[in-house]
Amino acid sequence: MKKTLMKGNEAIAEAAIRAGCKCYFGYPITPQNEIGAYLSQHLHKKGGTFLQAESEIGAINMVYGCAATGTRCMTSSSSPGISLKTEGISYMVGADLPCVIVSVQRGGPGLGTIQPSQADYMQATKALGHGDVHVPVFAPCSVQEMVDITTEAFDLADEFLTPVVILLDGLLGQMMEPVSFGDDAVEQKREYPDWAVTGHENKREYRNITSLRLHPEELEETLIARQARMEGVKARTRSQAVNCEDADIVVVAYGTTARVIQSAMEMARAEGFKIGTFRPITVAPFPDKQIKAACKNAKQVLVVEMSLGQMVHDVKAALEFSVPVEFYGRQGGFVPGPEEIFEKIKEMTVSL
Amino acid sequence: MPKFSRPKSLVDKQTHFCPGCLHGIIHRIIAEVIDELDVEGTTIGVFPVGCGVFGYWYLGCDTVSASHGRACAVATGVKRARPDRLVFSYQGDGDMMAIGTGEAIHAAARGENFTSIFVNNAIYGMTGGQMAPTSMPGQKTQTTPFGRDTAAAGFPIKSVEMFATLDGVALAQRVSVHDAKHVREAKAAIKKAFEIQLRGEGFSVIEVLSTCPTNWGMTPTNSIKWLEENMIPYYPLGVTKEGAVK
Repeated sequence: MKKTLMKGNEAIAEAAIRAGCKCYFGYPITPQNEIGAYLSQHLHKKGGTFLQAESEIGAINMVYGCAATGTRCMTSSSSPGISLKTEGISYMVGADLPCVIVSVQRGGPGLGTIQPSQADYMQATKALGHGDVHVPVFAPCSVQEMVDITTEAFDLADEFLTPVVILLDGLLGQMMEPVSFGDDAVEQKREYPDWAVTGHENKREYRNITSLRLHPEELEETLIARQARMEGVKARTRSQAVNCEDADIVVVAYGTTARVIQSAMEMARAEGFKIGTFRPITVAPFPDKQIKAACKNAKQVLVVEMSLGQMVHDVKAALEFSVPVEFYGRQGGFVPGPEEIFEKIKEMTVSL
Repeated sequence: MPKFSRPKSLVDKQTHFCPGCLHGIIHRIIAEVIDELDVEGTTIGVFPVGCGVFGYWYLGCDTVSASHGRACAVATGVKRARPDRLVFSYQGDGDMMAIGTGEAIHAAARGENFTSIFVNNAIYGMTGGQMAPTSMPGQKTQTTPFGRDTAAAGFPIKSVEMFATLDGVALAQRVSVHDAKHVREAKAAIKKAFEIQLRGEGFSVIEVLSTCPTNWGMTPTNSIKWLEENMIPYYPLGVTKEGAVK
């Protein structure tokens, strides 16, 4: 299959067009601007619409309106911009509307830095809006995986009627790698779904899309039904475990950091340390069962993140505190190197 | 002689509005226009937070509820996805001229081809009578208990005068619904706005002066008089901009 050298942000934009995304609404913010720039150049060729909104709040609400008509659409942003979108995301969850949101993390809090970071893990997986909001979150670690997951994310959003987040960091967005898009898919004409507001043409009852449910019974029922639907997403959790069978220490990371722990493991294995790695590909719902299986023989677990420690709490909870879990993190835009992770591994082996 | 009856696109349902509130009249004239243009099946309404949020209970077209202030962004998303549909938003003064000013101004500046119906009753009705961006100088509200002091709380915003400065606007007009003559004029303005949209001429906005007897603390009769004597001099009726966007 033909491979093209592409920047992560551009590859994800191209993948979105191929996945049938018809409308993109966004507001510029570094380090994800190539997504909007690419779509402004190419989306119209497939009859789609690119619109630079007045703000991230405007953008997510345009996505809300567009999604309400049953049209495939997306937005993208980075940390402070995702904070602004959380209001709209909550309304989309409340109205059961599908969309794809690309979150390219930079360092925070506040204006922070434009350098890569993984400090928005909690935001993406736990706090993407007020009121029992839980959305599926993918965390790819290569440009090819970003492309493949983009299609999957649109399909998942439509199937489960929910916003879906693709959680990246500045490095993945800016990195260039060879990527293939597969054969050009034959464009399928999508029917408007039977819940969408399309104008009833006097052929059916009028419809309303809303998140307003004033009666306690109705709201509770909706919440429970949505939670039950999201149980189905749990069956789709994905992860990658390498060399975990005989590992004394399993090192856990996602995204960019997952690639670094791979190198650290290779260094450690070369010196006789029994090290394995575990990488969640979906971070919400978290692959609880898979990590438990991967760590069943481990004496210790090490979680590596570009944050003060966020996913580490999910790892501890998934392992039900049965294995000691250590954390190693870098912040401020630093990407940890394999050497420093290997040093941390060596420190941990002293207690084995 | 035509028989007075409920418009087809107005749902046969008692409204939740307080006695003397004019929202019901505005809903009705929108329904009359939808009927006259025969667009009930091809219209999508956007109803954001405020007393107007329940518009979907009363109008027989498809509708989308929006969060507070975001109606113009939501309507943009709807219209961009379905340019073949008649799209309108129904917004209150807080929605249009406080929390959602950014969304409204930019939809207008882009010349988004939809219609905003902006109901200005100079107060926040749904939340119990707080100051609106359009509350009158000296007006007593829950959050201006001594009257709106312009030195501290600023001045009312004149929306259609502001919209008239934007090149994307095809129609900006202020109307009122405090008596039969003005109701007829308001209906004609809404019809004109919808026709402008159907011809694809650009953004249209109709500001409708209205009352809130409950939160103004007045009888319906006195509230009509207060609107005439206080609001109309400050918010002059008429067209501030008209003409297809080039």
